[in-house]
Amino acid sequence: MNSQIFHPFVLPFVLGMAFVLTYCLVGLIRVILQLPKDDRKQFLRSLVTPKTAWANIRDLFGDCLFHVKIWKRNPLLGYMHSAIAFGWFMIIVIGHIMLFTLKPLEGVEVEGFARTFTNFYYPIFFKYFAEETPVFAFLMDFFLLMIISGILIAVVKKIHSKIVGVKRVTKFGFADNMIRFALWTIFPFRLIAEKTNIMAFWWLYSIDLLIFMFMLPFTRYMHIPTEALFILMRHAGLNAREPRKGYALAQLYSCPSCGLCIDACPMSVNDKMSGNTSAYFMKKLRNKDSDEAKRIAETCLMCGKCVMVCPVSIESCDIKFSQRAAVPYEIHSDHSYLDVISTEAQRSGEISSKDKVLYFAGCMTQLTPKIMRAMKQIMETAGEEYEFLDKDGGICCGRPMLLSGKTAEAQAMIAKNTELIKKSGAKKLVLSCPICYKVFKEEYHLEGIEIQHHTQYINELIKNGKLKVNKTDVNYVYHDPCELGRAFGVYDEPREVIENVGNLLKAKSEKELSICCGGSLGSFNLTQKERDEITSNSVADLMFNNPDEIVTACPLCLKTFARKSPVPVKDIAELFVVHQA
Amino acid sequence: MDFGFCLSPSSHVKMDSVDLTTFNHLKETNPDINTCIACGSCTATCTAGNFTEMSFRRILLMLQRGKEEEAKKMIQRCMLCGKCTLVCPRGINIRKILLDITR
Repeated sequence: MNSQIFHPFVLPFVLGMAFVLTYCLVGLIRVILQLPKDDRKQFLRSLVTPKTAWANIRDLFGDCLFHVKIWKRNPLLGYMHSAIAFGWFMIIVIGHIMLFTLKPLEGVEVEGFARTFTNFYYPIFFKYFAEETPVFAFLMDFFLLMIISGILIAVVKKIHSKIVGVKRVTKFGFADNMIRFALWTIFPFRLIAEKTNIMAFWWLYSIDLLIFMFMLPFTRYMHIPTEALFILMRHAGLNAREPRKGYALAQLYSCPSCGLCIDACPMSVNDKMSGNTSAYFMKKLRNKDSDEAKRIAETCLMCGKCVMVCPVSIESCDIKFSQRAAVPYEIHSDHSYLDVISTEAQRSGEISSKDKVLYFAGCMTQLTPKIMRAMKQIMETAGEEYEFLDKDGGICCGRPMLLSGKTAEAQAMIAKNTELIKKSGAKKLVLSCPICYKVFKEEYHLEGIEIQHHTQYINELIKNGKLKVNKTDVNYVYHDPCELGRAFGVYDEPREVIENVGNLLKAKSEKELSICCGGSLGSFNLTQKERDEITSNSVADLMFNNPDEIVTACPLCLKTFARKSPVPVKDIAELFVVHQA
Repeated sequence: MDFGFCLSPSSHVKMDSVDLTTFNHLKETNPDINTCIACGSCTATCTAGNFTEMSFRRILLMLQRGKEEEAKKMIQRCMLCGKCTLVCPRGINIRKILLDITR
């Protein structure tokens, strides 16, 4: 202990702190001003709404402080992150409590809480300036050692990432590597300085803090302050409208480039393609590398798995959407021919307003007629009154057009389909294609009409006893289509149907972790060869328990898997044809 | 005066004088199109082709003849549904090529 109240070595820290605080304040104001007016109102209102306020508090503690989501993914990785982040937080908090309880110091007039402002560098360099009480001294040492244990794991992770269950890690540039080195050395320096009281180490410790805080805004560690803002905005229910503005900007800076999405991404089958993952997209977009950001946005399969595994819950697919819309393709679409399209029933004037089922196959099902035949047989066997909306070829549901970022053109198709559906007078709409299902659920306004995917419809018919099936001992494995599973959580209905006709085996990755088949319409750039690699990987994952057949609920998955699968691939509707009682 | 018949202008394309910059550029960026066998699967499955004259095979032919404007006009009918890409026996990413032509 030195009976001083100031020493020049605190200056680097003070400088760094002032810089970071100013940067964050300016950034905060900028992001809020960039929000569209309605969004800004919605955001500010959400801060005082009890329900969102509670969710805010819960997630601020759960995500920013305790890192619950990382613990759930891998306990060792969770400990590594918590040890450093939570430990650091605790030594700052305890430092301030000590400052608060300190007896009046010689030459210091302010007391209690006010000291946080006049002597705010005290808690950071506590041992140099003041004596600690034994309990606090123990706590401080405990948390400091906890941080150092976390850093040790981080060093081992750098050499051998598999110990924390991570196969591929993000490749960093110079700045990110340098700040990481600064972070790793801050705490050993502090420990040595505290124990030996050698001035050189106090200086090193302070300069390290300056380097860390000066580089923070330009590196991935900016996620530390930004994540708090992002959590508040996410709970306000905002949408990313422009790729580098407002809410999207908050998300870009919240991405810690941890790389958990790299292992999750279906494209990570080889090193080259793993560069197309969300971690890199966010980095390129943040660094204003717009050509690369555009390329990755257009290459992405839009399967949504990265959003599912993200420990920060960053909605990277939405940002990719806004990126696509920001640089649209120059097709000046002319879909005037849509006006004259009508259905067979409408032309013959046989429109009844009875309770009937409207079946819309969609483009992809038109390419797999066996699904249409199976659906016809199912509806006829169950004695359902039905109308086949696109019997002689309908128009596209609009999702591919939306995926290309051309919203207005997609809305034209949506309007035409809505008109055809409403004119049919049906009360229930059954779809065979999850791609259609997603857009019908999200973009169409079909009040009073129940929208079902055929997995839900068939399950309902079996439960009602309208369909009778035989149970056999064929071993099936079910592939969750991205747009049915991850997007809407339809996991149970198809599994119930399969359990009615055979044994259901587990795939290696299931439900929200299911791997995209590789055929997704979301990607514009992937070549057939690259898609085939993704498909092979996905098939290998499904074949984990050696099933006799692969079952899926998406015509596109069906066609894609059929190219690479060693066993027969069937749509869930076809199972009925095989197992009809 | 109407004779009930007329002379139609020649549809002869002088290959020496057509401008093939777009097509050549397309061949460079998407070498896939060199493998096209003009089987017409893309045209047969086309969602827009069901209602209009839209045909990718013809678009490629138009570009080879330097009729760029006609090709671009036809592309406007596309709904980007991706069926053409899916059925192509040569694995050509047709949807991307359509988008690249207009870029």
